[in-house]
Amino acid sequence: MNSLKWLAGSVLVSALVAGCGQQAAENAETGDVVRIGSVAPLTGPQTHIGKDNENGARLAIEEINAAGLTLGGKPVKLELLGEDDQADPKTATIVADKLLDAGVVAVIGHLNSGTTIPASKRYHDAGIPQISPSATAVAYTAQGFSNAFRVMANDAQQGKALGEYAVGKLGAKKIAIIDDRTAYGQGLADEFEKAAKAVGGEIVAREFTNDKATDFAAILTNIKGKGADLVFFGGMDPQGGPMAQQMKRLGLAAKLLGGDGLQNINFIKLAGADAEGVIASSPGLPLDAMPGGKEFKAKFEAKYGPIQVYAPYAYDAAYVLVEAMKRADSSEPAKVVAALAQTDYQGVTGPLKFDEKGDTVGGAVTMYEVKNGAWTVLETVK
Amino acid sequence: MPEGGGTLPKLPGLDFLYRNPRRAFVLLAVLLAALPFLVGAGLGNSWVRVLDFVLLYMLLAIGLNIVVGYAGLLDLGYIAFYALGAYVYAWLASPHFGLHLPFWAILPIGAAFAGLFGVLLGAPTLRLRGDYLAIVTLGFGEIIRIFMNNLNAPFNLTNGPQGMNLIDPVSVAGMSFGRSWEVFGMTVPPTYLYYYLFLAFTLLAIGVAMRLQDSRIGRAWAALREDEVAAAAMGINTRNVKLLAFAMGATFGGLAGGLFAAFQGFISPESFTLWESILVVCMIVLGGMGNIPGVLLGAALLTIIPEALRYVGDLQRATMGEVVVDPSDLRMLLFGVALVAMMLFRPSGLLPSRQRKRELTAEDGVAEQERADLYDSKA
Amino acid sequence: MTNKIMDIFTQQLINGLVLGSIYALVALGYTMVYGILELINFAHGEVTMIGAMVALTAIGVLMGLNPELPGLVVVLGGVLVAIPACMALGFTIEKVAYRPLRHAPRLAPLITAIGVSIILQNAAMLIWGRQYVSFPPLLPQGRHEILGAHITDLQIFIVVLSFAIMGSLWLLVERSKLGRAMRATAQSKEVAQLMGVNVDRIISATFIIGSALAAIAGVMVSAYYGLAHYYMGFMLGLKAFAAAVLGGIGNIAGAMLGGLLLGIIEALGAGYIGDITGGFLGSHYQDVFAFFVLIAVLVFRPSGLLGERVANRA
Repeated sequence: MNSLKWLAGSVLVSALVAGCGQQAAENAETGDVVRIGSVAPLTGPQTHIGKDNENGARLAIEEINAAGLTLGGKPVKLELLGEDDQADPKTATIVADKLLDAGVVAVIGHLNSGTTIPASKRYHDAGIPQISPSATAVAYTAQGFSNAFRVMANDAQQGKALGEYAVGKLGAKKIAIIDDRTAYGQGLADEFEKAAKAVGGEIVAREFTNDKATDFAAILTNIKGKGADLVFFGGMDPQGGPMAQQMKRLGLAAKLLGGDGLQNINFIKLAGADAEGVIASSPGLPLDAMPGGKEFKAKFEAKYGPIQVYAPYAYDAAYVLVEAMKRADSSEPAKVVAALAQTDYQGVTGPLKFDEKGDTVGGAVTMYEVKNGAWTVLETVK
Repeated sequence: MPEGGGTLPKLPGLDFLYRNPRRAFVLLAVLLAALPFLVGAGLGNSWVRVLDFVLLYMLLAIGLNIVVGYAGLLDLGYIAFYALGAYVYAWLASPHFGLHLPFWAILPIGAAFAGLFGVLLGAPTLRLRGDYLAIVTLGFGEIIRIFMNNLNAPFNLTNGPQGMNLIDPVSVAGMSFGRSWEVFGMTVPPTYLYYYLFLAFTLLAIGVAMRLQDSRIGRAWAALREDEVAAAAMGINTRNVKLLAFAMGATFGGLAGGLFAAFQGFISPESFTLWESILVVCMIVLGGMGNIPGVLLGAALLTIIPEALRYVGDLQRATMGEVVVDPSDLRMLLFGVALVAMMLFRPSGLLPSRQRKRELTAEDGVAEQERADLYDSKA
Repeated sequence: MTNKIMDIFTQQLINGLVLGSIYALVALGYTMVYGILELINFAHGEVTMIGAMVALTAIGVLMGLNPELPGLVVVLGGVLVAIPACMALGFTIEKVAYRPLRHAPRLAPLITAIGVSIILQNAAMLIWGRQYVSFPPLLPQGRHEILGAHITDLQIFIVVLSFAIMGSLWLLVERSKLGRAMRATAQSKEVAQLMGVNVDRIISATFIIGSALAAIAGVMVSAYYGLAHYYMGFMLGLKAFAAAVLGGIGNIAGAMLGGLLLGIIEALGAGYIGDITGGFLGSHYQDVFAFFVLIAVLVFRPSGLLGERVANRA
């Protein structure tokens, strides 16, 4: 019986701790405020990217509020609730429930595919629209959820564009593929492989690393032995940077090609002089070439500093959502979901339309190359 | 407080509970049954989900406590068994292989599978002690995760880093836990249903673990923990007893993993990292190794605190416009400090085990223990 | 064609040699502490990381003060700042987290070691941020070709440095007075004390020397890979530990041998396993090799390749 006492004690303590949270969680009356959730990792290794997402959405919401929004004849103020999923699948579902408790009518997020997928179930059950600015795993929109959308080309779309570009435009004959065994890297690399094979590219080596590795000498040497003339890396800049250096060090003359995980400033910093000539893609059109793109960039950077990666996509996602609300003349989730499917919007990342799955239709992918220490646009492929 | 700090200060006003265990039991049962509704009404559904995770981690902590707390074998790869249980559930109840077995059939399979791996890990490491064992188990945990992450080729077993999706929810008597139900005019969301399911398993685990502790095996584990050579000299088959500890601990881990898979509906290797293993170790160290109530407290605290810390961030955002000190940045730092501080100042945890206390207080404790041991040796 | 295969093989051996030298540099620190205290200093990898981070900060300051300074001088400046910083850190860790637990059950110091490791990682994250920090290309990067394989000045330097450090450490332990006291402490703290050895000071000294080595290793690692990150120490530490066990923990030459062997096993493994198993296994299992080696050694030869059999150690 003694132990029962402790048990009672533990339960009491838990209840007390839970009770303390309540005061902070005090919900404001909703009224004419429409709440929209934004979820991304705001702590952990991806903080800077997550913050970027939230800021993109926030900028859009603030602009819309400043311009004034009227739904169903009543003025409406939008409120963005930013939440942190720590890039952890388990936390993602807790956060999803938290947003649903707070009565959000839509969610912009999550950032990673690994969190977007488990959370999407919660949003689907609740019937509210979800637009991910950056989750690219094919599985997200393949679940048959009518409320799930994304504004970025998925892995299949980007991988296909990259594969065709590698063989068609870069003339690669013997291709080596490396991926970092993350959902993103592996997904992209597999789609790249399919596309490159389909247009006649020969895959001479398929190598693997992980998202914490720094030494690629062994796999690069192996690739050198296979006589590859192009190395495709599905992964992010912390691995891509040293990889570019080690390729040079080993005298591996092949071209390095990557996805949007490499197409950022940090890659150039980490690779140093060896970044020169590396090619990477990014979904959407170059920001500078888009109507409103330059203004967005100026506004965003004045407020939050340099764009990391996905801010423009989150910004577009927020606008796509509000446009759908306007067309539905309501913030009621079911109506917004129906209206979202009819989206035809000119965003800062390109024209946005959704197919029946919720993927973007004909999403453009732009190729960039490092020239003189900066990413320069090569061309945009459809 | 006596040395070792064994007792929780009695809460004033609750004397009547201590005097009447039966009343305390009834009160506790009512409280546990009503908890999701109280929490749900007061804090919202997301906190019921937190409560669900508290129960899952309690299950994990009870399992690891058998290995670390009872038998004194530091296992830093415990999450591997959790992963195995989760993957078994996903294999047998998802579109991946097109199998959709009911949960009551899968959970024992998953638990047994994890238990088998527990023995497989235990066998080669039998001769290792202390820190070597810790490193090897850590390696084992990583190996399992790396295999789960890579077995999408040459044949697709785990779907690799993409994870396994659309895992069937638990379903009892045609009642799927995947959606909300109306019961007596009340809406009962899935999180509530899973709460009761997890509660049942946790109570079962508590019962099993407590019985184990007081059993012959439990005493053999304690002997092993305190002095392996002496234990062997006393006629304890240290090999079997160690393997049993690994297997029992792993079984609980596998069970929790299966429940996790059904609850989440999606699993991927990123849920089973080394840090999860370390988190569970932190739980039992903080709460009190070897003591079930302590372990439960540790699991509850370390699951709830990060969620509660979220509000610290919100508060900062509201008052200062930005997050000055990121609370979850501090979270891991605090875990680290807590681990060191606990070992230095209160090595037996917040709620130390009675056994440990008995060892520390000389008077009747030891005598009683010696008597017990004497009787046991006749059996 | 066969020539080419040989070239690739030579290159893989060089890759393994360089990687192994890095492991060995870190493993030397592990083995020293373990040799004396029989404690896995989990935080050793993190001390390596702190060394790299401090050096990078110092290098940034130096380059800001005088951009004309030659690269070698700047890096040397960074190392000279990192060494005392890590020494102080190592001394503090031992004093605060390990010394009070010297007579506690073995589980206790192990748990504080994990705690210290978590603290250092997260403190580094708060101070230097979560992003990977790039290490400026200050050291000579000249490339040479030997037997069809490539090797750079920096790689040669790393290999030579690890041998030099191993040699001086061996001299210190085997030939100096301090070393004799260390060996006595390792054999039996009580007897050493009776013989007039100040055991506490010897243990502190061990931690200080080990941490200085960690600082050097940290700078070399981040100069070689061109980056530093708060998480970089953890895996490195584990691999280095595996190397130390492989060679025979507590044995200085063993740490070197173990490091080199592990590096070569990883390089050859990652390079050839895909072809050998027909694509069934691949380079994704590179990290598994270290753990398999570790488990195999502990099971079949717990004392390691060069270690002497010590009862109750494994």
